[in-house]
Amino acid sequence: MNLLDASLVDWSRAQFAMTAMYHWLFVPLTLGLGVIMSIMETLYVKTGDEQWKKATKFWMTLFGVNFAIGVATGIILEFEFGTNWSNYSWFVGDIFGAPLAIEGIMAFFMEATFISIMFFGWKKVSKKFHLASTWLTVLGATLSALWILVANAWMQYPVGMEFNPDTVRNEMIDFWSILFSPVAMNKFFHTVLSGWVMGGLFVIGISSWFLIKKREVDFALKSIRVGAIFGIVSSLLIAYTGDGSAYNVAQHQPMKLAAMEGLYQGKAGTGLVAVGILNPDKKSYKDSINPYLFKVQIPYMLSILAYRDANAFVPGVKDIIDGGYQTPKGTALSFEERHKRGKAAIQSLSDYQKAITAKDSTAAKLHKAALKENYAHFGYGYIDKAEGLIPNVPTVFYSFHIMVALGFYFIALFALVLFFSYNNKIEKKKWLLWVSLWSIPLGYVAGELGWAVAEVGRQPWAIQDVLPVQAAISNISSASVMITFVLFAVLFTALLIAEIRIMLKQIQKGPEAH
Amino acid sequence: MITYSFLQHYWWFIISLLAGLLAFLLFVQGGQSMLFSLSKTEDERRLLVNTLGRKWEFTFTTLVTFGGAFFASFPLFYSTSFGGAYWVWMAILFCFIIQAVSYEFQSKPGNVFGINTYRSFLFINGLLGTFLIGVAIATFFTGSDFNVNKSNITQQLAPVISSWGNEWHGLEALLNLRNWMLGLAVFFLARSLAVLFFINRLNHPVLEARSRKYLWYNAIPFVVFFLTFVIWTLFSDGFAVDPATGVVSMEKYKYFTNLIEMPVVLVLFLLGVVAVLVGVIGTWISAKFKKGIWFAGAGTVVTVCSLLLVAGYNNTAYYPATPALQSSLTIFNSSSSLFTLKAMSIVSLFIPVVLAYIFIAWRSMEKKRIDIEDVNGDDHAY
Repeated sequence: MNLLDASLVDWSRAQFAMTAMYHWLFVPLTLGLGVIMSIMETLYVKTGDEQWKKATKFWMTLFGVNFAIGVATGIILEFEFGTNWSNYSWFVGDIFGAPLAIEGIMAFFMEATFISIMFFGWKKVSKKFHLASTWLTVLGATLSALWILVANAWMQYPVGMEFNPDTVRNEMIDFWSILFSPVAMNKFFHTVLSGWVMGGLFVIGISSWFLIKKREVDFALKSIRVGAIFGIVSSLLIAYTGDGSAYNVAQHQPMKLAAMEGLYQGKAGTGLVAVGILNPDKKSYKDSINPYLFKVQIPYMLSILAYRDANAFVPGVKDIIDGGYQTPKGTALSFEERHKRGKAAIQSLSDYQKAITAKDSTAAKLHKAALKENYAHFGYGYIDKAEGLIPNVPTVFYSFHIMVALGFYFIALFALVLFFSYNNKIEKKKWLLWVSLWSIPLGYVAGELGWAVAEVGRQPWAIQDVLPVQAAISNISSASVMITFVLFAVLFTALLIAEIRIMLKQIQKGPEAH
Repeated sequence: MITYSFLQHYWWFIISLLAGLLAFLLFVQGGQSMLFSLSKTEDERRLLVNTLGRKWEFTFTTLVTFGGAFFASFPLFYSTSFGGAYWVWMAILFCFIIQAVSYEFQSKPGNVFGINTYRSFLFINGLLGTFLIGVAIATFFTGSDFNVNKSNITQQLAPVISSWGNEWHGLEALLNLRNWMLGLAVFFLARSLAVLFFINRLNHPVLEARSRKYLWYNAIPFVVFFLTFVIWTLFSDGFAVDPATGVVSMEKYKYFTNLIEMPVVLVLFLLGVVAVLVGVIGTWISAKFKKGIWFAGAGTVVTVCSLLLVAGYNNTAYYPATPALQSSLTIFNSSSSLFTLKAMSIVSLFIPVVLAYIFIAWRSMEKKRIDIEDVNGDDHAY
């Protein structure tokens, strides 16, 4: 079987992407709503006000419905690394497996243990024990996000490892540099905050619905205020971490940055595309067709964001493939050169293995040294054409720009809701209540688009520069993956429909039912 | 002295222990497989669902952690088995996905598919989930048809290092009768533990009496299938590894020899079996004896753990390849690096902390037995 069968790679990617996207429909709310309901329960314990207890229980029920389906989609993601990305699992499992195991030991058990007290312990444990359990459930969820995002960040920016030709895999040499890599830390805060923004949007949106219906007004006013404060803080912080994300991408994944901006030809002092439409006639990075039909730029902004220098050179797609521009690490190599060196690295590994079998230690030493010299380009050896290095530019470009626009919109929305909430005029602002309600889906859209930027933008790499997706897969037929893809799609969709309907019914019942 | 070999053994112990804990916690699945038979009225069924529903997350989390720990400590297994025996693992996964939502969704209005669909999901999870996990674990003793060739990574057109030898991708394990024996043993064990759990937890004389009767129906098949598997395995050829060369060969009575050569494991194994029997027989003999679950549960953990130690210790290949014997996985050739095992071992020191808070939480929630009034009076009841 030819394992570079494009359809197997595509189906494997599609299955993982679908699972991840479904998973991400549920996780953000768990992270955000979890904190909000914990804050409300804290207010209940502090003030003794039964209204806060009622509010806590209402949001907690919605949390529970959402949580269950997040768990269901999460387990598949973990196992899919093995089932669909088996080469990956060996090639970097020495590094990648650890965060997953730690996630299980340190985060999932915390969640699983305390969630049971949170739901069933109201009459069985003391108020403070219950409150602690609620916070620990949310802490567990957040810790699990930490470890899985550390793992994801490592794929985008592999650090703390060394290739071992004897075991034919990468091995961990520095745990702390993996955990505290700037990409990992930024990714953790950016992603968790996106969950918090989602929580804020959800709470102000649902509270608005109660205010529109003139039901549970006291509860809704209390909730909307908590949601808006929480939302505005989160949405401001996420703008800050978003800037950090772009900076990290510029340093470690220049091709992703170029795709995010639709930038083919780089220059010094590049502007940031604030609004733009890509030209569908642009078929190749080599042609001279203008990549944009229309764009509004903020002058110098991309250079500032990417390198903190208004005159910095930001490479475009063509520059990255052709090489020759200056970077802090020296002159950038062309794709052709990296491909040649990658091939040489793979050949050195093969020669090393033959020398070991032949017990020729002198030759083995030489091949090992040659491998080490070229290892930084190893993954390029699997990519034949320069085009193989370019992610899908329109997907990444539009995902990025819509996500950023939504981010600014959320800041404005939370600010307005907070303003009118403190002026006690929010009930009368019907338009704002409707806008808040219909902004709930936009939170989901922004989160999914964020992941599209991160994951589509790093194609073709499973691990940046080290292993492209086509060398990371399992040796199974594409028909098998197609079948499981369809089964997952049907099952997830059915469960999602059920989840949404249950949520709507629970919301209609309102907090009085609790 | 903490050597590489010590850490490989330590991590195989952790994996075995997690497998033991998982086997015990499968009582949740065992109970689910009896949802429709053990209960006769809606109240009874609801009571069973809610009693199990407070524990299902422990089983689920243990399964996930078992996977994660296996990945971190023996990544070649993760790569070879999951990527090769694709259909068996996918089937197991499906059984668990449908479980995760079924408690929370079943009695909520608007759940689209109705309460019986979700309860059927729980039933399927209980029936197939337990059986398939048993079959998958049995292949640790009976072998699977796969090849591992790490030098494939240098083949640009076919870089995958492990490949399965047939198109069944794991389902062929169902053609081996010995695998069935362990699958059925796990299934009936889970059910036996479930009835012991119900006897311990429920404040419901009718269900308790019925559970005692069900113990017969499940413990006897369990003992028969388990003993058949164990005796068959002990007297079969096993997969021995030459510690000096790493060469794998078939050895007569290998697993029996392992037990004799590792007396501590043998004693643990026997103690485990005795504890399970004490839990079961004690419950039969005395109507007042309700702590059977603790004996049988602890016994299960110890027995399953020692069985897996027999599969991996004493120079044995724990995931054997047949016919390509030399592709077999051992705790030496499939483990993570020394550095990673060390780092993970430090993390593993948190396990007692985890166990401690689980114990505290469990105790604070289980001060009294559960009855239908508890379920009706709980606004989060399923």
